[in-house]
Amino acid sequence: MSTADKPMFFTVMNLIQYVEEQFTANAKVAEYPAFGAGDTITVYYQIREGEKVRTQFFKGVVLQRRGKGATETFTIRKMSGNIGVERIFMLNSPGIEKIEMNKKGSVRRARIFYQRDLTGKAARIKEKRM
Amino acid sequence: MPGIIGKKIGMTSIFAADGKNTACTVIEVSPNVVTQIRTEDVDGYFALQLAAGEKKEKNTAAGELGHFQKAGTGPKRVVVEYKDFERDQFKLGDTIGVDFFAEGEVISVVGTSKGKGFQGVVKRHHFAGIMQATHGQHNRLRAPGSIGAGSDPSRVFKGLRMAGQMGNVRAKIANLEVLKVDAEKNLVVVSGSVPGPKNGFVILEK
Repeated sequence: MSTADKPMFFTVMNLIQYVEEQFTANAKVAEYPAFGAGDTITVYYQIREGEKVRTQFFKGVVLQRRGKGATETFTIRKMSGNIGVERIFMLNSPGIEKIEMNKKGSVRRARIFYQRDLTGKAARIKEKRM
Repeated sequence: MPGIIGKKIGMTSIFAADGKNTACTVIEVSPNVVTQIRTEDVDGYFALQLAAGEKKEKNTAAGELGHFQKAGTGPKRVVVEYKDFERDQFKLGDTIGVDFFAEGEVISVVGTSKGKGFQGVVKRHHFAGIMQATHGQHNRLRAPGSIGAGSDPSRVFKGLRMAGQMGNVRAKIANLEVLKVDAEKNLVVVSGSVPGPKNGFVILEK
């Protein structure tokens, strides 16, 4: 067989994974602590203002991690005064400088959207014993 | 414009240099074989006939098989012809692959869109429907409404948008940027979406 006769049928998913590993994957992701829903984390991320780049942080409770591979995202919620603020980050984003684990929370669900309806004492999350 | 054959692999997203995330489609472009060269002398015009995609010999008609054997290749699934290739650049049996594209280039992608079957006007032409369920309405929430005036003109104008087959037609998406070219796995990554299902054949036009 010549090169021209190479089969055109690889497994579809493998090639998507290959592209994600080649072009999207961010080596820094391996350095992030393993976090999940209920954990309190601080994300340091870069914001661009014209030509200046500065670092800002966002600290809050992780509501969910969703997706896989290059398109994985996570949602963090914090209370700013008495207004809830949520931010969605792409896990592989090159704009994320580092992620710090502040508190390991003990929750029963992978997605804790019920947090949005809770305030005050009810909104506390039990800390996981290490 | 010249074009070559590829296969849609699927979609993902990649980050641009400025950190912006772009949705993109991965297309596999295995080397296309030049299976015939049209010439002015014989055919009255110049064009290259390209073929790609494996096909079993037992599923190929004898005449077709002979045509591919002339180019020194096995039977292929898809055959296209394009006029605007450079003359004398390719010989019979040559291959054109991913190196035909460069990163940053703007291309069009042609494919057969996913078939949606027989659809009503709301889905097919974005009609609004009747928009109310009360005030005497019954069974016509997604109805098209009037299709024209009465005794003058006494007919329905041609081309009026109505329900019917949606999708499964040749569709072209223009202005897609080539974000990445991977020669090792024969992949082209273009911005945005392209017509058709995964594993569907598409034509990349420069």
